[in-house]
Amino acid sequence: MIELKDVSKSFTLHNQGSAVIPVMEGASLNVAPGECVALTGASGAGKSTLMRVIYGNYLAASGQVLVGDLDVAKAEPREILALRRETLGYVSQFLRVVPRVPTLEVVAEPLLAVGCEKQAALDKAAGLLARLNIPERLWTLSPTTFSGGEQQRVNIARGFAHEYPAMLLDEPTASLDAQNRETVLSLIEEAKARGAAIVGIFHDIEARARVCDREIDVSAFTPGLAA
Amino acid sequence: MTPLLQVKGIEKRYGARIGCIDVSFDLYPGEVMGIVGESGSGKSTLLNCMAGHLEPDAGQVIFDTRAEGPVDTVTMSEPERRMLSRTDWAFVHQHARDGLRMSVSAGGNIGERLMAVGDRHYGDIRDRAIDWLGRVEIEESRVDDRPSAFSGGMQQRLQIARNLVTGPRLVFMDEPTGGLDVSVQARLLDLLRGLVREMGLSAIIVTHDLAVVRLLADRLMVMKDGHVVEAGLTDQVLDDPQHAYTQLLVSSVLQV
Repeated sequence: MIELKDVSKSFTLHNQGSAVIPVMEGASLNVAPGECVALTGASGAGKSTLMRVIYGNYLAASGQVLVGDLDVAKAEPREILALRRETLGYVSQFLRVVPRVPTLEVVAEPLLAVGCEKQAALDKAAGLLARLNIPERLWTLSPTTFSGGEQQRVNIARGFAHEYPAMLLDEPTASLDAQNRETVLSLIEEAKARGAAIVGIFHDIEARARVCDREIDVSAFTPGLAA
Repeated sequence: MTPLLQVKGIEKRYGARIGCIDVSFDLYPGEVMGIVGESGSGKSTLLNCMAGHLEPDAGQVIFDTRAEGPVDTVTMSEPERRMLSRTDWAFVHQHARDGLRMSVSAGGNIGERLMAVGDRHYGDIRDRAIDWLGRVEIEESRVDDRPSAFSGGMQQRLQIARNLVTGPRLVFMDEPTGGLDVSVQARLLDLLRGLVREMGLSAIIVTHDLAVVRLLADRLMVMKDGHVVEAGLTDQVLDDPQHAYTQLLVSSVLQV
């Protein structure tokens, strides 16, 4: 479902003497439906970079980045937008929303975007917020004023609202209490059970051991670090 | 799928100076595209060429009309283009006073566009005007007030209502949030985003505010000295800019 073939990435800093910084070389991986793969490696090894390349947020310098049938490295913007709407979900560490939009709508939005009926979308969003212990009195407020942990749970609810066939998870259990962590892990297990292919970054070793089938050390793709 | 708008090789010069040159792109139904660049980069010139306010020296602006399919709007007759700009197109000016009739009531401003497309029933027109005032969060009691009695943010919302009442398919916006204070901007962004999704609008937004495009635009085009230097997915262009000028632009933004 998610397949990378010999992907490289470098940054060219035009305003700093055109320095070229290679950050990834020869990255290859393959994640099947129903499988969860953890990216490991020290901070700065390129775990987030790899996720961003898969999401189309960073432009790959060479190689193929296949999600389903689409090569993200060469796709048109509107093809990537369609992919993100229907196929590929991304739970980042930070929630970015339009100010003033109520939490319930923030969570329901991915469902509305794929044409889900409004009431059904709001019901599903409410169910997820309840599971993640966001008090109902907060649902009509914008999440911009919420605490860090609450924002993260809203972000997770939003990420799991639509049943994407492929998902990217950037530290989904960071800074969560035991109960909410448990909920998130069950959400991941449910997504795997329905056949989602997942790539994730988990610093929480127990969580990684529980939901991940394999680990890929991205240091192998870091130029100058590989043995 | 047929693009709603196909822009091909647009060029506009002011004497020897380049306004914009060699601009081409396709815009699909439901897409929102942002155009960013500093003052004088040619973004407003481009917008005005596309919207028919300026005649380009070269190039085509092909719009997928309801009746006849794709038609080049640069070569169509003036009455045809004017009809288009009253029905399927809308233009939101940076300064609301440029897009409103300041001596006519708020309701009249909205009703005028309906009358221009043939609506004649006074009661219906007034009802729709009031409905649209509500959608842009202006109280019904203000329907008979003139826009000169409105705040800047209200004038901008009124301008949007006036433009969207005829159910256009393509909206051109020139710095729609420029000159408004941030709380009013946020409210306007939320409103625009909701309207774009509910009505399935396509929009082209010219702005110098990168935060605005990140929230509203799916795609982004970066202009410098009349040329498009970079184009792509909004978040990709902002997070992984390839061109020297885009890198400078992105790194110049103050973090809040």
